[in-house]
Amino acid sequence: MQRIGVFVCWCGSNIAATVDVHAVAEAAKLEPGVVFSTDYQYMCSQAGQNMIIDAVKEHKLTGLVICSCSPRMHEATFRKTAANAGINPYMVEIANIREQCSWVHKDMPTGTEKAIILAKAAIAKVHLNTPLTPGESKVTKRALVIGGGIAGIQTALDIADAGYPVDIVEKEPTIGGKMAQLDKTFPTLDCAACILTPKMVDAAQNENIRIISYAKVEEVGGFVGNFHVKIRKKARFVNEDVCTGCGLCTEKCPQKKVPNAFNLNMDNHRAIYIPFAQAVPKVAVIDPDYCNMLKNGKCGVCAKVCTAGAIDYKQEDQIIEEDYGAIVAATGYNPISVEKFDEFAYSQSKDVITSLEFERLTNAAGPTAGKLLRPSDGEHPHTIVFVQCVGSRCASCAGKGKEYCSKICCMYTAKHAMLVRDKYPDTEVYVFYIDVRTPGKNFDEFYRRAVEEYGVHYIKGMVGKVTPENGKLKVQASDLLADRQLHIDADLVVLAAAIEPDKSARPLATMLTASMDTNDFFTEAHPKLRPVESPTAGIFLSGACQGPKDIPETVSQASAAAAKVIGLLSKNTLKGNPCVAQSDELMCNGCSSCANVCPYGAITYVNKEFRMPDRTTKVRRVASVNPAVCQGCGACTVACPSGAMDLNGFKNNQIMAEVDAICK
Amino acid sequence: MEKNKTAALREQILRASGVNPKKCMRCGKCSGTCPAYDEMEYHPHQFVYMVETGNIEPLLHSESVYKCLSCFACVERCPRGVEPAKLIEALCAAVTRPQGANHMTPDDIPALLDEDLPQQAIVSALRKYMK
Ligand SMILES: Cc1cc2nc3c(=O)[nH]c(=O)nc-3n(C[C@H](O)[C@H](O)[C@H](O)COP(=O)(O)OP(=O)(O)OC[C@H]3O[C@@H](n4cnc5c(N)ncnc54)[C@H](O)[C@@H]3O)c2cc1C
Ligand code: SF4
Ligand code: SF4
Ligand code: SF4
Ligand code: SF4
Repeated sequence: MQRIGVFVCWCGSNIAATVDVHAVAEAAKLEPGVVFSTDYQYMCSQAGQNMIIDAVKEHKLTGLVICSCSPRMHEATFRKTAANAGINPYMVEIANIREQCSWVHKDMPTGTEKAIILAKAAIAKVHLNTPLTPGESKVTKRALVIGGGIAGIQTALDIADAGYPVDIVEKEPTIGGKMAQLDKTFPTLDCAACILTPKMVDAAQNENIRIISYAKVEEVGGFVGNFHVKIRKKARFVNEDVCTGCGLCTEKCPQKKVPNAFNLNMDNHRAIYIPFAQAVPKVAVIDPDYCNMLKNGKCGVCAKVCTAGAIDYKQEDQIIEEDYGAIVAATGYNPISVEKFDEFAYSQSKDVITSLEFERLTNAAGPTAGKLLRPSDGEHPHTIVFVQCVGSRCASCAGKGKEYCSKICCMYTAKHAMLVRDKYPDTEVYVFYIDVRTPGKNFDEFYRRAVEEYGVHYIKGMVGKVTPENGKLKVQASDLLADRQLHIDADLVVLAAAIEPDKSARPLATMLTASMDTNDFFTEAHPKLRPVESPTAGIFLSGACQGPKDIPETVSQASAAAAKVIGLLSKNTLKGNPCVAQSDELMCNGCSSCANVCPYGAITYVNKEFRMPDRTTKVRRVASVNPAVCQGCGACTVACPSGAMDLNGFKNNQIMAEVDAICK
Repeated sequence: MEKNKTAALREQILRASGVNPKKCMRCGKCSGTCPAYDEMEYHPHQFVYMVETGNIEPLLHSESVYKCLSCFACVERCPRGVEPAKLIEALCAAVTRPQGANHMTPDDIPALLDEDLPQQAIVSALRKYMK
């Protein structure tokens, strides 16, 4: 028989206001096995914990029931207390009388009645608890960063700086992400390339960093400290170790009509190309959809001109398998497609562009060499209309827009407007806004400068429609403060498109068993207190894949994620969770039901010899759980038709005992 | 109008239209898109705001309720799904029903037609004045 102690916490008034804590402690005294029961203001405080330790010693307690907040909050605290008192930490049960009781009930009698029932259930369970010891696993001291934008680069640099090897897997032929496409950056207007490319070079030269570009993660197995990852490196038909990045091939290739994705398809490059001058790695890549040689075997020009002999038309995809202790998701974002917003005529006129396209049109390395020219006729635009919140804050545009605020567009629109007025003072610039949202260090000052110093016309109101007519864009909009409808003949309309997570993030999250919100942004373990960790142990979040972010915020979060990774990799071993599944071999009939439902692939089957009652032996196929891989979700225990599978710490008989206690 | 009478009218308009004016974020896209804007004394976003705040009286006496073409552009483009045109239609009905008559009859419509009037607006007008 256990000797059980019950400790009822008031949690200040959080519990005590709706639960008669004293009555709960008194009721618990009447339960079998309970030899001590009390209540206290803050059980988790040092004084509260000392009280538990003293009670364990004085009353020779073997099991503890803490009636308090959710086990997510303080189970670990009280397990430590139990260990300090000299009993096994797994002899502790928490009855959640806060989140599941006092916070949801309004009156004291109901709250108290339920708290007593929850306490009784926990007491019934503790009777069947057994001491458990967590296993240990080794930590692989190598990290994987998925996505090589500014987020992934910063995270990798910081991890490498702490002395751990790190791989960056980037799906494009170069790292850099969206920041590489930007011209100048708010709020200081330094050129994006000038501050980004040195970091890209640092990453390339750092001996702890390996950049695996033009690649994607195909399979993820294992668990925190011991992930096993399969990466597919796509064939680029150029030998990365040999190519010097001279670019001769990209000038001689006869296939000139390949849309240039880096310039958002506003111009073309050849079938063999280097995305941009400062690409890392600076290695050419052949687009097999356009290359004459790869399509029909007729050409081979690039191989002839390449003095390094780097071209390899027979190159195949390469599979890289590696073990990692930690994985960081840094897959970033993309602007949404604005085609479905007919009213803005994006598909009808080349002169309606997105803000990211605008960045390329003003970038010295862009399709117009930095001159702001209308895409339709190459003329200089004299009237430009910027429209904010295109597809953002849009609750009724299912399939088109997003309900959230994209956070960065107010600032970059102010930047664009200001830069136009600075460079082309003869241009009239209008910005239509619903709200101007510029919280952030020096952000509002920046926006005010656009208005006060640069004379940008900020108009509170929205553009209702854009009609291309005789080479102009007729913009019809509301000016809410002046209470009138405006009609502007514009030369260029720039849409601040909402941003969304990369489309590859959802399948990646599935591989990582990391959770996502309804918008496909990765979810953090706690929105305030654990913002750079996924709820899945060993998976960390960096940059805009977790939510809309500008560069300063992205970089802060990237370094924070690195700190968490370094903390993990600095450990030699990790304590596992002893609450894992275990099968009773005598009852298991090898049906495979459990393995089919296990989301972590923790279950395998072994052939085992069993002695039969008639003294013969028989070989049977039985389930075997790898305790290091099992996460204790319990799916298998429910699936098992013969009742062989059981979960340590949550055994079937323990759960039944709880149910019985509740129903009594 | 007394307070509770206004409240009752407001309730009736909200119920008849199915519109929740609290969803409006005052972006003005409805008024930016409205082809009848210049004809109106009160504009689509003002209808929404004035009904929300219970300032309905001026709307009932304004020609604006008849000026809406029922083209539903505002309904289509409102980012918050407020559907201002439905609110205007309900207001219109609230004025015409007690009077037992519309502002005009369907027979008046053919005389008002011109080349530029979109077909959608003609159908809408007929629908509106047949009620
Ligand atoms: C028009 C515009 C102007 C802007 N101007 C500014 C500015 O002036 N100042 C500022 O602070 N911010 C600005 N921003 C915001 C800035 O772009 C972002 O804050 C920043 O790029 C976020 O970095 P990231 O690394 O998280 O994402 P990204 O830059 O999107 O990088 C993500 C990377 O991951 C890769 N990737 C995605 N999925 C996978 C996968 N499954 N496997 C492997 N790789 C993957 C992508 O190819 C990409 O390289 C602007 C944004 C826009 C749209
Ligand atoms: S082989 Fe292909 S990539 Fe090389 S030059 Fe010819 S078309 Fe261009
Ligand atoms: S940041 Fe500004 S422009 Fe972008 S969605 Fe939010 S409010 Fe609209
Ligand atoms: S339905 Fe009426 S209010 Fe709405 S846009 Fe058309 S004319 Fe204007
Ligand atoms: S478009 Fe919708 S949200 Fe915007 S002002 Fe009109 S009713 Fe309100």
